[in-house]
Amino acid sequence: MSNTLYEKLAWLPEPPAGFSNQCRALPAGGSSHPQGDALRALAGSALDLNQLHRLAKTIERLRGAGVSLAPLTPIKLAILSNSTVDFVVPALIASAARHGIALECVKPEFDQVMQEALSPASHVNRAKPDAVLLALDHRAFPLRCAYGDREAEEQALRDAAEHLRAIREGIRAHSGAVSIVQTVAPQPEWLFGSLDPLVPGAPRRLIARFNTALVESLYGTPDLLFDVAGLAATVGLAEWHSPVQWNLAKLPFSDAFLPLYADHVARILAAVRGKSRRCLVLDLDNTVWGGVIGDDGIEGIQCAQGDATGEAFLAVQRLALDLRQRGIVLAVSSKNEDAVARLPFQQHPEMLLKEEHIAVFQANWSDKATNIKSIAEALSLGLESVVLLDDNPAEREFVRGVLPQVAVPELPEDPALYARTLSAAGYFEAVALSAEDLQRAGFYQDNARRVELLKQASDVNAYLASLNMEITFQPFDATGRARITQLINKSNQFNLTTRRYTEAEVAEAERDCFTLQVRLADRFGDNGMISVVICRTKPYATWEIDTWLMSCRVLGRGVEQMVLREMVRHARRDQIRTLIGVYLPTDRNQLVKDHYAKLGFTSKSEQDGATIWELDVETAAIEAAPMTVRSFGFDAIEAQRALLRDARQQGNALTPGAERSQPSPFCAVPE
Amino acid sequence: MQDSEVYDKLTGIFRDVFDDDSLTARPDLSADQVDEWDSLSHIRLMLTVERAFNIKFSAGEIGKLKNVGDLVHLIEAKQ
Repeated sequence: MSNTLYEKLAWLPEPPAGFSNQCRALPAGGSSHPQGDALRALAGSALDLNQLHRLAKTIERLRGAGVSLAPLTPIKLAILSNSTVDFVVPALIASAARHGIALECVKPEFDQVMQEALSPASHVNRAKPDAVLLALDHRAFPLRCAYGDREAEEQALRDAAEHLRAIREGIRAHSGAVSIVQTVAPQPEWLFGSLDPLVPGAPRRLIARFNTALVESLYGTPDLLFDVAGLAATVGLAEWHSPVQWNLAKLPFSDAFLPLYADHVARILAAVRGKSRRCLVLDLDNTVWGGVIGDDGIEGIQCAQGDATGEAFLAVQRLALDLRQRGIVLAVSSKNEDAVARLPFQQHPEMLLKEEHIAVFQANWSDKATNIKSIAEALSLGLESVVLLDDNPAEREFVRGVLPQVAVPELPEDPALYARTLSAAGYFEAVALSAEDLQRAGFYQDNARRVELLKQASDVNAYLASLNMEITFQPFDATGRARITQLINKSNQFNLTTRRYTEAEVAEAERDCFTLQVRLADRFGDNGMISVVICRTKPYATWEIDTWLMSCRVLGRGVEQMVLREMVRHARRDQIRTLIGVYLPTDRNQLVKDHYAKLGFTSKSEQDGATIWELDVETAAIEAAPMTVRSFGFDAIEAQRALLRDARQQGNALTPGAERSQPSPFCAVPE
Repeated sequence: MQDSEVYDKLTGIFRDVFDDDSLTARPDLSADQVDEWDSLSHIRLMLTVERAFNIKFSAGEIGKLKNVGDLVHLIEAKQ
């Protein structure tokens, strides 16, 4: 029965009774308002195969009529598969809307995987997708050999790995897209029985070894992993594989799990675009412990080992702590007296969660929507980063109604299943793990302490000086790449252009553009990488600031000035005369509307709210903020640029400012 | 389950699968009378019927169906 959780997406609320009519009612005129929020709301419930199909049709209808799908983020995904994807595609389009994505799917003919990947002019490669899902199962690979023959097994594994490598490299070379690579779900059938893992060539052993090699082959590449083998194991291999449906319609796995499969793909796409959630807000009574602290007192609540109910709640606490350790911020929102609510954290010997783990603690009698809003503000996070875990159905319903951006999982009756349900919902999907993820929860705590200090300091400059800040500038490099990509894809508020780039594109920028990765430390701790800049070289000795973003954690610390000073320093050295700044408005980046004006740029032009600014590099004088500056890693790049400059001055054919004789697609975005 | 109950339930399923509230399940209804009823939505229909009645069809059984009347006989035989 516990498969219901996964099969029915039981963390999502039931679809509304009038779901079909609501789909039909969405306007189709080209002049109507953007419908992204309405589509996301419709996608937010536990839709079955037919409902996913209907919603996908609705999305296609709106797209066809020219209706804007904003604020959903567009992604183009191609699917290469050895099975029927006609049911997967609508499920993906609808599930993507659930995760804030307007998905366009490119679907080649059945079973044309190799041809599509290797031919530059193929349907998929010409479509220039952002990503390609390699929906390949055990039938797609040459995974067969004589039993008991180690040599033959090695050969079969090499052949299968080579097959996959050729597909991935073909796609990367011809379309520039990243591949989403699936592990292969083993078949439930045994051949030798328990001996299978020991017999070279036995199907289960082959697939397990193939998967291990597949995962290893992803390290250091921009390609993404989709652990289908893990998903199938979670729901049960015998449930996952349906020989009847494969024979009938070449369905790669039982249709019962299409909603689950599609939701998992959508999570990965959303994570690539920085849409995974970052903060878990916990209710307390009957969520973190059993009972009501205000009524039952510290002796009466249940959260102890050895007590079945208590252990259920301890499992919730353990999951929260594990999430915190991987960078998810924890907060509390509880209807309680503050002092009473804190008691178990301070005094209960078996509580795993302590006050120090909670970044923002809101125990009061205000409604939860208000509390969650102030938690998000205190953490400089958007509401779409927040998950609320609450046992009370009325509170869940209320928060969903007032703050539709907040994810609020449905919970089963039995608290023993709370932790599993939260985990199954996949709110915190990651596509990379950076060292800073592991420290992030601490950063937020440090920040809370800085805010305290600021309250005490009367003079802002004295406060800033008292922080003993040290700012570090480096060009992009392989070490910082994962974190740079993460920042580029998730920063919304302090982000001048909100251009999103894949890790592959970031690697190109490393080579072709002037780039900065900026770190900031102070006496409370290391903030890690907090700002990213990409400048593209333009004709007439100009740099255009393609990307400038900053973490909101370090607002008001003078970091912007220091970054601009560093940019100007390098621009001078590089004989650049003009810096061009661009502000492209979104519904999230009002914060930096006047960014360039504040830094002394002059306004050049404006169109539809987008503004273009200019700074004369020679005369620019930017005041320094009180912090120590470290700058390194630029020498090699400077030397290379100097060589190119010399070549130019000696009458080489290079045009002014065009250091790159062959601009990459990334840097050659048309003006 | 009475014949009429099966037909009522199927009407709901047909409307859901083919996104058409004017459809009514009748014994002589078949794929050529419904625009949306192609080979792919036929699979979706079969999967939905299986789930709704908590039964399973074999590929052979699905292949023999000519119209809704056949489908109802098959459902009743499985209950």
